[in-house]
Amino acid sequence: MTKVAVLIETTDNEVKAANFGVLTAAHGDGHEIYAFLTGADAEGCKAVLGKYGVGAIISIEGDGADLQAKPDLKAKAIIAAMKEYETSVLLALSSSEGRDILARVAASLKVPLATDCLSVDISSSTVRKPYFSGKTIATLKMNGAYFLSAIRPNAVEPAEAPAEAAVISFTAVVGDYDGLVVKEIKQSSSGKVDLSEANVIVSGGRPIGSEENFKILEECADAMGGAVGASRVSVDEGYAPHSIQVGQTGKIVNPRLYIACGISGSVQHFAGMKTSKVIVAINSDKDAPIFNKCDYGIVGDIFEVVPALTAELAK
Amino acid sequence: MKVFVCVKNVPDTAANIRVVGENSFDESIKFLINPYDEYAIEEAARLVEKEGGEVVLVTVGKESAIKTVRSALALGSHRAILVTTDKQFLDSADTAAILQKVMEDDGPADIIFAGKQAVDSEAMQTAYRLAEGLNIPIASDVTEFSVANDKVSVEREIGGGEREIIEMTMPCVVAASKGLNEPRYPKLPDVMKAKKKEVKQIALADLGLTLTSETKLVTLEQVPDRSGAKIIGGSVSGGVAELVKILREDEKVIS
Ligand SMILES: Cc1cc2nc3c(=O)[nH]c(=O)nc-3n(C[C@H](O)[C@H](O)[C@H](O)COP(=O)(O)OP(=O)(O)OC[C@H]3O[C@@H](n4cnc5c(N)ncnc54)[C@H](O)[C@@H]3O)c2cc1C
Ligand SMILES: Nc1ncnc2c1ncn2[C@@H]1O[C@H](COP(=O)(O)O)[C@@H](O)[C@H]1O
Repeated sequence: MTKVAVLIETTDNEVKAANFGVLTAAHGDGHEIYAFLTGADAEGCKAVLGKYGVGAIISIEGDGADLQAKPDLKAKAIIAAMKEYETSVLLALSSSEGRDILARVAASLKVPLATDCLSVDISSSTVRKPYFSGKTIATLKMNGAYFLSAIRPNAVEPAEAPAEAAVISFTAVVGDYDGLVVKEIKQSSSGKVDLSEANVIVSGGRPIGSEENFKILEECADAMGGAVGASRVSVDEGYAPHSIQVGQTGKIVNPRLYIACGISGSVQHFAGMKTSKVIVAINSDKDAPIFNKCDYGIVGDIFEVVPALTAELAK
Repeated sequence: MKVFVCVKNVPDTAANIRVVGENSFDESIKFLINPYDEYAIEEAARLVEKEGGEVVLVTVGKESAIKTVRSALALGSHRAILVTTDKQFLDSADTAAILQKVMEDDGPADIIFAGKQAVDSEAMQTAYRLAEGLNIPIASDVTEFSVANDKVSVEREIGGGEREIIEMTMPCVVAASKGLNEPRYPKLPDVMKAKKKEVKQIALADLGLTLTSETKLVTLEQVPDRSGAKIIGGSVSGGVAELVKILREDEKVIS
């Protein structure tokens, strides 16, 4: 019987849907699942976490320390909770938040960590993760008493496993630390879906031509409850913010549906969206390389096809 | 000011990777500076150009990495240390321990720059382990950097386009993301000068470290590309109608 801790990410006290896949990865033959929560209302998360097999919700606090402003102390508090509840496995989302905290925990405990995992096998302490931005998949064996893994959003299909979750308050003695302090969080202008967790992404490349023109992609994405992405050229040309760049030097995304509009299909772009379930390309050049490595294609002008697609989706 | 930059020698992201045997790949392809490390090198160069001091590159890699080290030296760095190993893939804890030892032996720095991720093994943790070993703060995914009054201020990208503003005491580790700066192109005179800059080569065995190897690469598998697209023809309205039907009814990826 393995005790597995899962670090839960919340926004405004709500458990993000992307956590359900991570909780599912923690399921196994009689595994005891501990949800680690910091800075969120544990009672309010009880029902939804129970649905995915959580037996205990550990609501973690630092003794007087602001864990959100001091990630090193947050890592320390998580380590204290892992020791208290004897959880030898710690899973989290491979988001910027999850990777950051897991890296701090792993470095401090001097234990193995794998990020951006596509799957984990807790019983054999192995994970599968991309090497060379999705051109190959590596299987890694983790040696040691602890096993930490950050799992790519949408990589594991969520499966319910109802359990009764009990809320336990845990206060860790973390002391203080002023070496690193988060001074401020600058909110993004829009409350849109985070690209790396989106189920549907509509992306635009060079021919979009301006910031205003991204509107046609936004309307199309909105019609499917999705998010908008961009190629590096659109970002470098200033049509889109860097935060929505998909690819090697941008975001790694893993949606169910990826629609590439006016994107040629470079290796570096594919590095970011290769694992999407279905890839559709809309391109005016029938010989565009992207058509050789996607699922469906429409040869045409994005300024005609995309609005028509939006209209069709509204039907 | 003394600044270290961690630079990894990696395959060109545009190169085809061909898996060989259980867990290796055909290395007779082009190697270059890890793309994120280019931002690190640039930021270090700008800092020292402003404040004075020296930029020291540190690479752990095969002997062939010397080519990449030389090209990195043309980007505003002063000298380099190359620790030679016989493997492209090292465990992150081991790499960090090696980097730490080299830096301790060379003498302390005010700031250490690295990349947020190596594009080959994508471990995304070496910089954190190095910082922990040196017992100094670390921020990764950094897109903005400044120094004032012995404090480093960085901006770091987090989910959904939000950014964190972080303050760290010095020395510290800063792991760069795209957007931090626009790396320079080397000019011919810089390339020529780089040939004469000092590169100290140290064999890993001579560092006298005991490495722990927490992770083991068991297998590496090729991921086949998708076969070509099914092209949906006809009029624009007919085409999008058929596409939506496929996405809803056959693929079931939208509702
Ligand atoms: C180290 C490195 C890292 C990189 N990282 C990234 C990354 O993270 N993300 C990324 O995207 N790229 C990245 N790149 C850049 C990459 O190599 C390509 O240059 C880039 O992806 C091309 O962007 P694009 O497809 O928008 O533009 P282009 O390659 O110019 O393609 C535009 C496409 O639009 C089509 N088109 C033109 N007009 C229309 C129209 N009206 N309607 C329909 N189609 C039309 C054209 O046929 C063409 O196929 C990186 C490169 C390097 C070297
Ligand atoms: N072998 C290496 N030699 C020098 N620096 C490295 C090496 N491996 C990783 N790094 C540094 O650590 C960063 C993150 O790498 P990783 O944690 O392996 O994804 C890289 O961008 C480099 O700055």
